[in-house]
Amino acid sequence: MRSMLNNAVNCTSDDLAKEQPVIRRQARPGWVAIDFAELWRYRELVVFYAVRDIRVRYKQTLLGVAWAVLQPVLTMLVFSIFFGTLARVPSDGIPYPIFSYCGLVPWQLFAYALTQSSNRIVEDAGVITKVYFPRLIVPLASVIAGLVDFSIAFAVLMAMMFYYGIPLSITILTLPLFTLIGLVAALAVGLWLSALNVRYRDVRYTIPFLAQFWLFVTPVAYSSSLVPAKWQALYAINPMVGVVNGFRWALLGKTCPNPMVSVSLAATAVLLIGGLYYFRRMEKSFADII
Amino acid sequence: MSKLAIQISGLSKRYRIGIRERYPTLRDALARAVSASMRTVRSWSSDHNSEGGGGWIWALRDVDLEVNRGEILGIVGRNGAGKSTLLKILTGITEPTKGYADIYGNLGSLLEVGTGFHMELTGRENVFINGMLLGMKRQEIKRKFDEIVAFSGVEEFLDTPVKRYSSGMFMRLAFSIAAHLDPEILLVDEVLAVGDAAFQKKCLGKIGDVAGEGRTVLFVSHDMHAVQTICQKTVWLDAGGVKEVGPTAEVVQDYLRSVLLEDSAPLADRTDRHGDGTIRLRSILIESREKSRVISSRSGLRIEIEYTSERPLLHPRFLATLTDQHGTVIYLLDTGCTPDFPSSLPPSGTVVCETEAISVSPGRCCFDLAVYNGGVIADLVYDVARFEVVAEHSYIAGHIPGRDRVTCVVLHKWSAAKEK
Repeated sequence: MRSMLNNAVNCTSDDLAKEQPVIRRQARPGWVAIDFAELWRYRELVVFYAVRDIRVRYKQTLLGVAWAVLQPVLTMLVFSIFFGTLARVPSDGIPYPIFSYCGLVPWQLFAYALTQSSNRIVEDAGVITKVYFPRLIVPLASVIAGLVDFSIAFAVLMAMMFYYGIPLSITILTLPLFTLIGLVAALAVGLWLSALNVRYRDVRYTIPFLAQFWLFVTPVAYSSSLVPAKWQALYAINPMVGVVNGFRWALLGKTCPNPMVSVSLAATAVLLIGGLYYFRRMEKSFADII
Repeated sequence: MSKLAIQISGLSKRYRIGIRERYPTLRDALARAVSASMRTVRSWSSDHNSEGGGGWIWALRDVDLEVNRGEILGIVGRNGAGKSTLLKILTGITEPTKGYADIYGNLGSLLEVGTGFHMELTGRENVFINGMLLGMKRQEIKRKFDEIVAFSGVEEFLDTPVKRYSSGMFMRLAFSIAAHLDPEILLVDEVLAVGDAAFQKKCLGKIGDVAGEGRTVLFVSHDMHAVQTICQKTVWLDAGGVKEVGPTAEVVQDYLRSVLLEDSAPLADRTDRHGDGTIRLRSILIESREKSRVISSRSGLRIEIEYTSERPLLHPRFLATLTDQHGTVIYLLDTGCTPDFPSSLPPSGTVVCETEAISVSPGRCCFDLAVYNGGVIADLVYDVARFEVVAEHSYIAGHIPGRDRVTCVVLHKWSAAKEK
């Protein structure tokens, strides 16, 4: 802007026409790099979108935010009765209820972020077709919104640890890292699914199934030590294997899950980069096909 | 000295027809997934080679346009002429297929009022979310908050969820946020067709103020009155291309004339006539009772019909039927309903019919015309003239439903019945 004004003072209109435009709208075929500067300019919108999700979620519900506690706690009870007591699934020497709940807390964060971020873009079709903003904001905000439920469920986890007399160790400091991996993995999968969902609504039907399927291949109800050693690396391609094991290690102090975490981390990175680029590629046609 | 705000060159946009109708059904989900994935592969290999093939339309085609800074440019044209597509490309919502548009300055858009409003959230919360979506910073919204609320006049309901708002309150709040945007370039799409007349006047004034401050405004509207009020220069888009650019008064006149005359041969030249031919219908002129070519739902019609005959007309009866775009009759205008209509008329002359407000929804209308001579059909011509009913301001608070939904509109009011 400033350069335009300066130029205008002492140059002809021909010079003006040659001047670098502020924005150019044109077709950008193929992959488009992520505009981080633009994302940063819209950071307030990310926060507000997340806040909106949180405020809206429990409006006009009877139990309100208690749902954030009830969901994982009820699941934990069912798991404890059927897997812990009846099926006697080994839980690495930890009381089964806290063993499964400790897996459920990151799992719910992941499952919530995954479902929300995939559906949000289609739900917000009215906004997508009427205003411009970096579309990445939508999945990003729904992943962040999941952190509120996560914090509440986590507080319950702390209370349970106190009840079972499990001391906090220094390893708890690594917890933010595992939470972050879980969030990034959810974002990565959310990016793929939301971009696909815009084009092929079939995705919507597969999401509940996918979430259920994913729960079975994640060591929430059982211990990953049940998986034979030679399959462990393959198993850990599921980023949530690393996350759930990381949580158990950080809080309940089982053996360090390192090799598996590295595999999970690598898998997350691949998923994220692929997801970002696929999303960017599809993003420009969202408004046309949504 | 004129400085450019927007320069558009060879801008084109192609859409796949019917792409919006692809709703998911479980039944054909699989079949579609297969064909869709094949389509994806094809589009990867030949993104720009399938032009001219079936299933594509050009919503915009080689548009060249320059907008100077401080100019208020009206954009008019029929539905589907490419007006909204042009704005969507300028805002960045969608990408052009070819060509480019350069924008000198920061740009704000108002393609819809209340974008992103969430029914469960309060007025206050929605002001922030909507403001941010429209490109305002949080600090900016905070600073203007009181002003926005005062402009809307819904102070008392700020902490009420907007789902409890009346549609009028909702629109007032939504527009107030939009009216407080101050980008250097503002794009406005058909948003004045909402709200009550007094509030609209306030909004038109606000847009005028914005322009007075040296900002550039692109204003899309079907409301010719509004366009003529606030735009000095107007562009007429037709079938994706620029048909005419120039001073608003001229362009609007030409546009309306074309809407009026479009694809109907002059009545005198028509050969597809019925009747014994003892009377000939020569011409028909349709305008509003205020003698304007702009006909809205609230306009009364004035129809002039010119006829000739070899001898004076005895007990003539003129009939005009107003039909919708499918030929379904909406009204029958019959001289038989006018008790004091003369029982004899000179061999050539003009008859005039005037109506009350037509109350027909915005969209295309046609007239069929007939004249009886002593009980026998003398001349009958179908589809003699077409005209477009335009969406004028505020017929009904909220918005006027289009022809795709209703044929007629009527002023009405709802209220809660008093408890007994």
